Amino acid sequence: MRPTLKMEKRLVTPRRVMLAVSILSIALALLAIAFVFIEYGVDPLYAYTEIFVGSFGSVYGLSETIVKAIPLILCGVGLTVAFKALVWNIGAEGQLLMGAIAATGIALYVFPDAPPIVVIPSMFATGFLSGALWGVIPAILKAKLRAYEVITTLMMNYIASNLVDYLVYGPWKGLKEWGFPYTDKFSPSASLPVLPPLIPGMSHRIHYPTLILALTLAVVIYVLVMKTKLGYEIRVTGENPDAAKYAGMSYFKTVLLAMLISGGAAGLAGVGEVAGVHYRLRYARGISPGYGFIAIIVAWLGRLNPLAIIPSSLLFGGLLVGGDAIQVSLGLPVAAIGIFNGVILFFVVGAELLTRYKITLEWGRGG
Amino acid sequence: MGERRMSLEASVASLLHDAIRSGTPVLLGTLGEIYAERSGVLNLGVEGMMIMGAVTGFGVTLATGNVWLGILAGAIVGGLSALIHAFLSVTLRANQVVSGLALTMFGLGMSGLIGGVFVGLPLLTPLRPISIPILSDIPVLGPILFEHDLLVYLSIALVPLLWFTLFKTKVGINIRSVGESPATADALGVNVFRVRYLCVFLGGLLAGLGGAYLSVAYRPAWTEGMTAGKGWIVIALTIFAMWSPGRALVGSYLFGGVEALQFRLQPPPPHGLGISPNLLAMLPYALAMIVLLAGTRETIRKRMGAPSALGTPYVRGEK
Amino acid sequence: MAVLSVVTKNIVKVLKPFGKRRLRAVPDTSLKEKTDYGENVVRMMGIVKRFPNVVANDHIDFDIKAGEIHALLGENGAGKTTLMNILFGIYHTDEGEIYIRGERVAIKSPKDAIELGMGMVHQHFMLVYPHTVAENIALGLPTSKFFFPAREVEKEVLELSEKYGLKVDPKARIWQLSVGEQQRVEIIKVLYRGARVLILDEPTSVLTPGETEELFMILRRIAEEGRAVVFITHKLDEALAISDRTTVLRRGKVVKTVDTSKTSKRELASMMVGREVLFRLERKHVERGKVVLEVRNLHALNEKRLPAVKGVSFTVRESEILGIAGVAGNGQRELVEVITGLRNATKGEVLILGADVTNRSPGEIADKGVAHVPEERIRMGLVPNMSVAENLILKKYRHAPFSNKLLLKFTSIDEQAEKLISQYNIITPSKETPAKLLSGGNIQRLILARETSENPRLVVAAHPTYGLDVGATEHIRLLLLKQRERGVAILLVSEDLEEIMSLSDRIAVMLGGEIMGIVDAEGAKKEDIGLMMTGAKRITNALEESS
Repeated sequence: MRPTLKMEKRLVTPRRVMLAVSILSIALALLAIAFVFIEYGVDPLYAYTEIFVGSFGSVYGLSETIVKAIPLILCGVGLTVAFKALVWNIGAEGQLLMGAIAATGIALYVFPDAPPIVVIPSMFATGFLSGALWGVIPAILKAKLRAYEVITTLMMNYIASNLVDYLVYGPWKGLKEWGFPYTDKFSPSASLPVLPPLIPGMSHRIHYPTLILALTLAVVIYVLVMKTKLGYEIRVTGENPDAAKYAGMSYFKTVLLAMLISGGAAGLAGVGEVAGVHYRLRYARGISPGYGFIAIIVAWLGRLNPLAIIPSSLLFGGLLVGGDAIQVSLGLPVAAIGIFNGVILFFVVGAELLTRYKITLEWGRGG
Repeated sequence: MGERRMSLEASVASLLHDAIRSGTPVLLGTLGEIYAERSGVLNLGVEGMMIMGAVTGFGVTLATGNVWLGILAGAIVGGLSALIHAFLSVTLRANQVVSGLALTMFGLGMSGLIGGVFVGLPLLTPLRPISIPILSDIPVLGPILFEHDLLVYLSIALVPLLWFTLFKTKVGINIRSVGESPATADALGVNVFRVRYLCVFLGGLLAGLGGAYLSVAYRPAWTEGMTAGKGWIVIALTIFAMWSPGRALVGSYLFGGVEALQFRLQPPPPHGLGISPNLLAMLPYALAMIVLLAGTRETIRKRMGAPSALGTPYVRGEK
Repeated sequence: MAVLSVVTKNIVKVLKPFGKRRLRAVPDTSLKEKTDYGENVVRMMGIVKRFPNVVANDHIDFDIKAGEIHALLGENGAGKTTLMNILFGIYHTDEGEIYIRGERVAIKSPKDAIELGMGMVHQHFMLVYPHTVAENIALGLPTSKFFFPAREVEKEVLELSEKYGLKVDPKARIWQLSVGEQQRVEIIKVLYRGARVLILDEPTSVLTPGETEELFMILRRIAEEGRAVVFITHKLDEALAISDRTTVLRRGKVVKTVDTSKTSKRELASMMVGREVLFRLERKHVERGKVVLEVRNLHALNEKRLPAVKGVSFTVRESEILGIAGVAGNGQRELVEVITGLRNATKGEVLILGADVTNRSPGEIADKGVAHVPEERIRMGLVPNMSVAENLILKKYRHAPFSNKLLLKFTSIDEQAEKLISQYNIITPSKETPAKLLSGGNIQRLILARETSENPRLVVAAHPTYGLDVGATEHIRLLLLKQRERGVAILLVSEDLEEIMSLSDRIAVMLGGEIMGIVDAEGAKKEDIGLMMTGAKRITNALEESS
């Protein structure tokens, strides 16, 4: 009589199980990464404290975490819409960059001298539209030509980032920035305002218009998905495309709108980065250290719930800031963050098994 | 070459020669992914496996001075990292898209970390092309086809070997049946898990091999992210190849050609066309999209699609 | 590291057959043995199998004798398939023992079962459709050659097919074969591996009456050799016709095992259901009204771009049930899809109440008062992870009162759900329960509730009682008859000839995409219909002609 591990398929997954599994995956991931640290002769506890202190332990650190969380929230909630419709949008990175390009174009070339009330809304509007367009193209290819969206969105990422680089090294190179791959700096009216310092003398980088936009969008998307007709259509299409067709839903329309929203949200993130953080367009890697990809993990960890994206984004924003901190103090290269992200995603994805099956220990005989 | 302008014939020959060189890593990756997908597992981690192969190949060659040891190490590391994806997708039945993405992120990060010390170091023992006696003297075709390094020839030899195994042997029937209808294969006693693990592992081996080729033969050096999206192109090519090794050859060299073309168009006239390198860099990715569309349309037209069970985890007895 | 050793071990295992000379699989013909284990080839004792919602097998004792044809009879959901899946290694028992030829065995996988001499032909064929017959039979054979395994198999398949009368072309691809031929491949597959016990799960559900006779002859030949046959079915007549012994299962328990020659249809039926069963439903005489559905010279292609519907024409009137009989795969599915807007017609028209709706979207057609009870309930008609309430509005969510411009109005949705749940007797813990948790019968009630509650003019019902137990089946059929009394036109597609004959006013037979004939149900003879189903006869003597 041996104890056996029995796996029973769950019919419903209670919310507390999902939360527990999410927390468990992060914990296991941190444990695994600790081993990597040890391999490199770094004390993992020291490293983790550095990260935590760096990102949440000080006012400056916390503000930086929020700055990094803003684009993650925007991209993340956009992705929840796409993923719920079962459209694998891996192109948030490119959509973000297209939004950045649009904002730059408005700020430097279309409305260089206009007052903020004109420039700022135009930047966000065109940013949304460019990101949306960049997302809609793969959507059309998927709906009409059955092209696999993982590849099309990904390829458009590369095209977008090369476009950005082309612009900053070429036609849009800043006249006042000798040799650097930057455009000129945005005028003050095109620069997004920053929160006033909470502690006098301490400066922030939190560009609050985008923050408000992000939080609002999270709520709006939540309502959209759960309570509107379109949200219903998106959910049905993602859960069972055959039933959606039978119910008379237009697959084309649903996929298109899902990607429009998803791409547009990412585009907004791009606007935020150039107009609120850098005040110029830079080479692609400088604008986004992979927000579009990290947002995938953010969305997956948040189990595609737009409201859960907010804490999830803060976590990953913190990891990014902390990653910068240990880069400086421990001399680890920038790429180390990729390991973090990969390992966390491994555990998040692997632990999904626990949400779908109930695992119990049984003292039984078994056939 | 110097300032001398090449004759048109020589230019084309040189282009074709470089197309084969450039296409080799993609060919290797595609051959591996074909096997993985034929068994029903979608592995989007090719980019990660390739670059792990590249950094390992470079590092081991550097450390031991033996390039073949480096190449072997690169392949093995690629295979091992594929096993992570296999474990998640096959045993834990995780979402294959996300698991593959995680592998890519991990691979890119890990290789960046390990390769930090390799940046800027020269490789004294890279894999050099050899000139096959007699055959390389054939006019026109000789220099194009018979002056490559051994890995190129190995990759070409793999094409008929893998094609034959997949379509004309018992193992091949098992693999294809597992990918089309795992329940059927299982009901007849085929070990679905084992077949899928092996195919994914093979996919990793070949991807790692392709990556190692990049860092020790094609451009003997290490740069972070040097695969530059070739892993993703592999995924597009797998569809274009309609999951058959023969077509993979054609597609890969097509890509090689575009990449070779990139370098030729970049310099200012009269050698090139002086197009911005960034714009030229878009070419392979745009081509990948076109190739994907063409491949998808053909599979629809010929009513021959992806392996039916691709991307779906298998559980015995579950409907 | 453990993974690495497993992988290497398996690589070695894969490469092993390379050089060895292997014996060829030869069908065992010398099986007439009665050794010291008695006559029982298989004994299953005290088998218990539990699933999350139900005890599928509840302390079942079942045995199989050599040379017999043993019918395992029970209504849908009684546990017959589960029991045989345990014998075949697809499920593991929770409790109980299995003895094969007197020895206790543990069957952990289909591979074990095959080695022990079990062979199973499943209800949904386990075939790889793009591959050839030979490739399918060669799959997983431990004794086949490494290179070109299919060639060797082809020869022996031809031998087997001669011997048993199972005509099939080894080089054909499965998708090219008819359903009856595909079944023959399944049987050959099992015989090729020398099975001593053949288990067939509902084999006649896909056959015409003529093909069923052929199958029975083949089974008798197999049993005469000394092999055993287990015949899972819910059809009483067949159990009576073919079997030596019959075991009746009800709700997971064995009711009784009897000698078939010593029992009767009535006795078996009451054992199956636990009460007296109505064999004929009450059908009131109702006056037919005007034409609701008219189909004119309809043509359509299937997924493989081959013609599936070839010039079909008929009408259905108010208060009339037109039953389309025919084995699946003769174009019925495509026909239903064209009428409901899920597939485009290449030629011809579909008219609802005189309005041309050919090739309109499913939404538009639904708005014209067409309800569709789909063939594949779960794949098409349900969103399994969403709640019962959300499923109930699947068709009407766009309209008031369930939504306004943008938002869904959950109060109205909830009200509607409560109403329908009680009206249609849908058994569910609550309206928020995910639909996938409902039993098959309740899922079908949900779908019917959704489709018929909005007073449709036409109901298109495809295989509405497939896979349901007797109680649910009766309920669904009564619901359809009630709709008929209310003036609704009903197009019924079913493989169950009894169902067609007991519900329909007129019966049409479909074969190869064409209508072979339309007859009045009153006085129609089963043999005539059977002949039409095989194409041997064409009859049109219906009261009303469609022109």
